[in-house]
Amino acid sequence: MDKHFGTSGGVGDEIDEVQWCFSQVKGAIDDDVADADIISTVEFNHSGELLATGDKGGRVVIFQQEPESKNQPQCRGDYNVYSTFQSHEPEFDYLKSLEIEEKINKIRWLPQKNAAHFLLSTNDKTIKLWKISERDKRPEGYNLKEDDGRYRDPNTVTTLRVPIFRPMDLMVEASPRRVYANAHTYHINSISVNSDCETYLSSDDLRINLWHLEITDRSFNIVDIKPANMEELTEVITASAFHPNQCNTFVYSSSKGAIRLCDMRMSALCDNHAKFFEEPEDPNNRSFFSEITSSISDVNFSHSGRYMMTRDYLSIKIWDLNMETRPVETYQVHEYLRSKLCSLYENDCIFDKFECCWNGNDSVVMTGSYNNFFRMFDRGYRRDVTLEASRENSKPQSVLKPRKVSSGGKRKKDEISVDSLDFNKKILHTAWHPLDNVIAVATTNNLYIFQDKLN
Amino acid sequence: MFPKGTKRKFLDSAEDAATATVAGEQGPASTRTPSPSYSLQRQSLLDMSLIKLQLCHMLVEPNLCRSVLIANTVRQIQEEMTQDGTWQIMTQALAAAQCPTDRLVATEVLCRQSDPAAAAAAGQSPKPYPLVGGLDRGYHSEEVVMEAGDAHKEALPTQSYLAGPFGMGPCWEEEQQQQEEEEEEDGGDEDGEESEGEDVDERPEVDSRPGEQVFGTFEIKQQPPPPPPPDPALEELFSDVDPSYYELDTVLTGMQSAPKMGPYDLLESLSSHGPQPLSPGASCRSDLNELDHIMEIIVGS
Repeated sequence: MDKHFGTSGGVGDEIDEVQWCFSQVKGAIDDDVADADIISTVEFNHSGELLATGDKGGRVVIFQQEPESKNQPQCRGDYNVYSTFQSHEPEFDYLKSLEIEEKINKIRWLPQKNAAHFLLSTNDKTIKLWKISERDKRPEGYNLKEDDGRYRDPNTVTTLRVPIFRPMDLMVEASPRRVYANAHTYHINSISVNSDCETYLSSDDLRINLWHLEITDRSFNIVDIKPANMEELTEVITASAFHPNQCNTFVYSSSKGAIRLCDMRMSALCDNHAKFFEEPEDPNNRSFFSEITSSISDVNFSHSGRYMMTRDYLSIKIWDLNMETRPVETYQVHEYLRSKLCSLYENDCIFDKFECCWNGNDSVVMTGSYNNFFRMFDRGYRRDVTLEASRENSKPQSVLKPRKVSSGGKRKKDEISVDSLDFNKKILHTAWHPLDNVIAVATTNNLYIFQDKLN
Repeated sequence: MFPKGTKRKFLDSAEDAATATVAGEQGPASTRTPSPSYSLQRQSLLDMSLIKLQLCHMLVEPNLCRSVLIANTVRQIQEEMTQDGTWQIMTQALAAAQCPTDRLVATEVLCRQSDPAAAAAAGQSPKPYPLVGGLDRGYHSEEVVMEAGDAHKEALPTQSYLAGPFGMGPCWEEEQQQQEEEEEEDGGDEDGEESEGEDVDERPEVDSRPGEQVFGTFEIKQQPPPPPPPDPALEELFSDVDPSYYELDTVLTGMQSAPKMGPYDLLESLSSHGPQPLSPGASCRSDLNELDHIMEIIVGS
């Protein structure tokens, strides 16, 4: 597996040398996008064999990577549909007279312990644990039942036989094993499985709850930032995550651009943080939109657990957990938008919540942008690239050409001017295979899979 | 939506002004006077933000993060304007522009205190709500109204408030009875209207000041520009609206009997261009300037 790793730190492994190729695209081709088909979350499982997507219609679709074919060892297997199920249905809260959207906000896989796969999926209010299991054998040869299920008249039974399992066509079943409901007044924005594999957290705008996977009728509230008087509310929780190795540590980000790290050993209620990460505002860039653009839309620990990454409207910041005063690295995602903030405020794009992700060895980070562009930043070599997910570049194995946006003045050939960007085409959700250079990029209703060019 | 390839010249220059170094322009707060273009852009940003807040509140379950961010932006603008002294000017102009005949006001409280003479006699000086000083109270949940184009100054005492995103919206709260009762009474105007009135009633410091007026609509206009020439589309829209709607009593009666407007009904009635009769709630917005302004923002986005 390591041979696929583009940026494993080997000699000459630079992001320039990693060429990304189109592999597959999933979803409808036509431009008329049904609301329910809008992809709202994308997540690889821990082995990378399974790729789950959630959509606005409450459905989860899981793709499975075909094993590498022996004939073509250099080709990675395609991802094909493995299971599709309706995770959440629209609900009506009778007390408040409002409808609860079925849109899947997040999916998180549990580490695999047996043949079955488990994942958590959540909408605004309810989290569900799903078991996805395969059935490829069925018992045949019952004494009292026919194979089609009809009961035999016992009087006609003259001999006895032992039922045996016979192979059948593979059937993948998804069944809800737990439903964790009624714990959130506000909209759930994150779920995160603990490294202890027994607990997980869920966060909404004002509170974070800790659950035990086995227990559905209660959860512990570990963070509560709701003020006594709601009129004094000026900051909300935007994302949260457990540390990948330390089961007592988690972080949550806020709409003011701050990240708080909490240690559950300190007290039952973690309102007092153990660490507080915030970068002082740059006085040169201060404007009425400063706070909005500093609002963090996603927070992610590195696989190593030493760093965490935050995404705000214009940039990605990498933080060393040992240094609270400022990030160790900052990458500008689309700086050319800084002069357009007023328009983006007017059309609400400034409130778009982009996610970000690490590659398997934490050397490259990726996030989405507008015009179906997505960006990768190589931390080691300090290089970045802009690529596009579009049907035009979807010839199998075709190499993606880097894109460039010109912010004004002279526009070079092949560059796109800021004013021609399509702000309806936004890539909010991306995911990176945990062990390989395979990425999943979600446009509005299509899922693109790209991989690095082998050989 | 941001149409592909469309240049937004005015706004881009507005952005330049709005994103100009606020820090850089700050001299001593009392002596700093912002340039007219900067003031204009800031005002338009304030307008836009208030509209967004209003739209937020029309949703049955608003997005809390978004509301907080917009409210903080409004607060920031208001703080800066208070430092400039322009907030004072704006609220005075607001008071001065009060004119009962064109103004459709929707709150019960306003109806009660609509006598300008009595209000003037109270001798209250216009005063912005101390958002800067009163941070312990956070937002007040009243709304601000300004009338454009009316030059005559009456020494009406006013209390100006900034739309509070949370005080009026027990959507955030588990207890919602109050809000729901208010919504039922509210025949079609903004959801916040009645709750504004309710909130005023509940706050002892407001009631203790006689002669205060609470404004119904919250459209903040720019420094009184001359009213734009009547838009033929809008005139057609209003052509069959009974002018008696402009009478306060008719409005209130109409509101009570009008069917409850859902979150998007107001938007739909505003954006429709056919000559259909508007619901009484929407017709409260008889001020063409305000309607024009809202439609511009909605259609433009």
